[in-house]
Amino acid sequence: MTVEHHRRTPEELLREVQAEEAAANKRGHLKIFLGYASGVGKTVRMLDEARRRRARGQDIVVGAVQPQQPPAAKELLSQLEVIPLKTGNAIDVEAIIRRRPAICIIDGLAYDNPTGSRNAGRWQDVAELVDAGLKVIGSINVQYVRELSDEVETITGKHVSETVPISFLKTAEEIEIVDAPAGDPTEHQKLSKLREMALVLAADVVNHQLSDYLECHGIRQQFSAHERVLVCITPRANVEKMMETAEVIAERFHGELIAAYVNQAEISADDEAALNKKLEVARAHGARIEVLDGDDPIDTLLGFARSQGVTQLFIGHTQRTGLRARFWGSPVDKLIRLSRGMDVRVFPQ
Amino acid sequence: MSGDRGKLTIFIGYAAGVGKTYKMLEHAQELKCQGLDVAIGYFESHGRADTIAKTQGLESIPVVGVEYRGTRFSEMDSDAILARHPAVCVVDEFPHTNVPGSKRAKRWEDVETLRDASIHVLTTMNIQHLESLNDQVWDITGVRVRETIPDWVVRQADEVVMIDLTPRALLHRLERGVVYERVKAQHALQNFFRESSLVALRELTLREAAHEVEQRNETDPLSTSTLHHLRILRARHPKILVFVTPDPKSAMVIRRAGRVSDFLEAECFAVTVQPSGDLTGLSENDRESLERHLKFARNMHIETRILAGTNAADALVDFARRNGVSQIFVSRPRESKWSSVFRRDTVQRIIGMAKDMQIVVVSDRSR
Repeated sequence: MTVEHHRRTPEELLREVQAEEAAANKRGHLKIFLGYASGVGKTVRMLDEARRRRARGQDIVVGAVQPQQPPAAKELLSQLEVIPLKTGNAIDVEAIIRRRPAICIIDGLAYDNPTGSRNAGRWQDVAELVDAGLKVIGSINVQYVRELSDEVETITGKHVSETVPISFLKTAEEIEIVDAPAGDPTEHQKLSKLREMALVLAADVVNHQLSDYLECHGIRQQFSAHERVLVCITPRANVEKMMETAEVIAERFHGELIAAYVNQAEISADDEAALNKKLEVARAHGARIEVLDGDDPIDTLLGFARSQGVTQLFIGHTQRTGLRARFWGSPVDKLIRLSRGMDVRVFPQ
Repeated sequence: MSGDRGKLTIFIGYAAGVGKTYKMLEHAQELKCQGLDVAIGYFESHGRADTIAKTQGLESIPVVGVEYRGTRFSEMDSDAILARHPAVCVVDEFPHTNVPGSKRAKRWEDVETLRDASIHVLTTMNIQHLESLNDQVWDITGVRVRETIPDWVVRQADEVVMIDLTPRALLHRLERGVVYERVKAQHALQNFFRESSLVALRELTLREAAHEVEQRNETDPLSTSTLHHLRILRARHPKILVFVTPDPKSAMVIRRAGRVSDFLEAECFAVTVQPSGDLTGLSENDRESLERHLKFARNMHIETRILAGTNAADALVDFARRNGVSQIFVSRPRESKWSSVFRRDTVQRIIGMAKDMQIVVVSDRSR
């Protein structure tokens, strides 16, 4: 990732981090520990962090504990101030806000509140606490993430009804993954799949945080960590082959898939029909479709690719090999020449 | 048990100070509690009190002193570990280069020896140490990491566990002098610990860890889309060809191709074309560069070939066709080579000729 800003001194960097935190005091702060299963150590990790912060003089309160605790967690809890849950497992939002601790620990974000509570779910309670300016540290397992719960059910066979939307997780200022060697050998395969899901989710949230940070600081950059494949669609493109390869690569690299076409001023009816068919194929392979406008197709595509942080460009081979093409450079030549920072994959037509 | 190779568990982090050694020792303590015979082969405390505390109760096998150029260095004593033969051995800092004069050049090679003797090993490394990501790490941090581990070594580890920490927390640790002694903090911060670099490295590590987990789960994948894609890949048996030249960019192309072939379960060849079919007849510089690149490819477990031919594009494409190659990886030609109308560059010729194969022009992310 090329970053266009001057290299700050360590002091500048740290002052900036601290200033940001001070400025962000209007809205509180949300930190989430994400695990892939019970028993990976999220609770102990969270409570251990709480203990260390308390030892450094920070005012910590525990707003929610899980019904079952490992012995290590019980030990840590005994040293911390706990605000008890209300009946029905609801956190006592009013009491916590009144108490105004520096940090509030909420173990387990995915709980529904009893009817009549101020919020339907615990995660909304937490959102309220953060909006009230509090700093909250919460924990959740990947199977309780709404958008992933169906896939998790296919893996574990267990249905989960209390879930938290990904959009809420993305509001977190910090997310930390708690990974551990998969303990139970009989469940190894299922646990591994859950681990993978948790790692990818964390990477996506981090990617989101990176974009926000860079935008906030007015830094123009090119992403390096996340593969983004852009397939260039034209009426003559071998779209089936390109999309098949693109789909496999996007899946294997846990990357993004985009198919783009640049609008042409004059296009024959045949070409237009062919194009529409190809865009359908792209859509069927799971690509996000983008239709672009611009005078020069190559410049337009490259401009779009750069703005999206594309790492791989797929294009069909040009047919033109005459002298004229060689003199001016075929579109493929031009694309390769101008596409710094992106791999270009040229496909047979 | 004897005859079974020892298992390798790698604790990986995105930067120094996230707590890998601590976690590794914690896991070691757990294994000891389960009744296993655990010993510490090597660990680096970096003066961190928390970490030192975690070694309590664990047997430590003394290091051995190795003399080199008048200075005495401490190295892990593989012989002593083999003699002691614990069930599990803690070996910190996987990418460490041993002092010249040691039996093996690299610590990861020492670990292979321990595993051959059926000793399970726990170890630590950072994402920057993975060979195939060297260019990306350089792109993100501006630092060219020299001490790397070939991808195939990580691939055959039994488990890769990610140790995570938010960049904020890491920067706070640095500030408090917890990560490195205060003296080192200045320099470390500038090169590596810009918040944007840390966030990008972290994302890279999360995705890599997800990939490592997925790869180890592939005997019977549960997701239907993964199954579908693996079927396509395995049926096709893709073959990737890397075009190697004395140009320094070859290293980057080899890394990229190696990584893609790993992810796509493809076979990979690194090939150069010379008129004589060997490396004689080249200038000293060119020959050295080429030898270095070919050796680099072999270290990544990529097969190498030197083809005979006066026309590189012809020889390469011919070889590709005869061997059922579906993808050819090349580097982007230098700017000046595009200017000639009549004398086409080798890469342009390859693109022109290999109309039935995919050509991947690997980007350079030079600063």
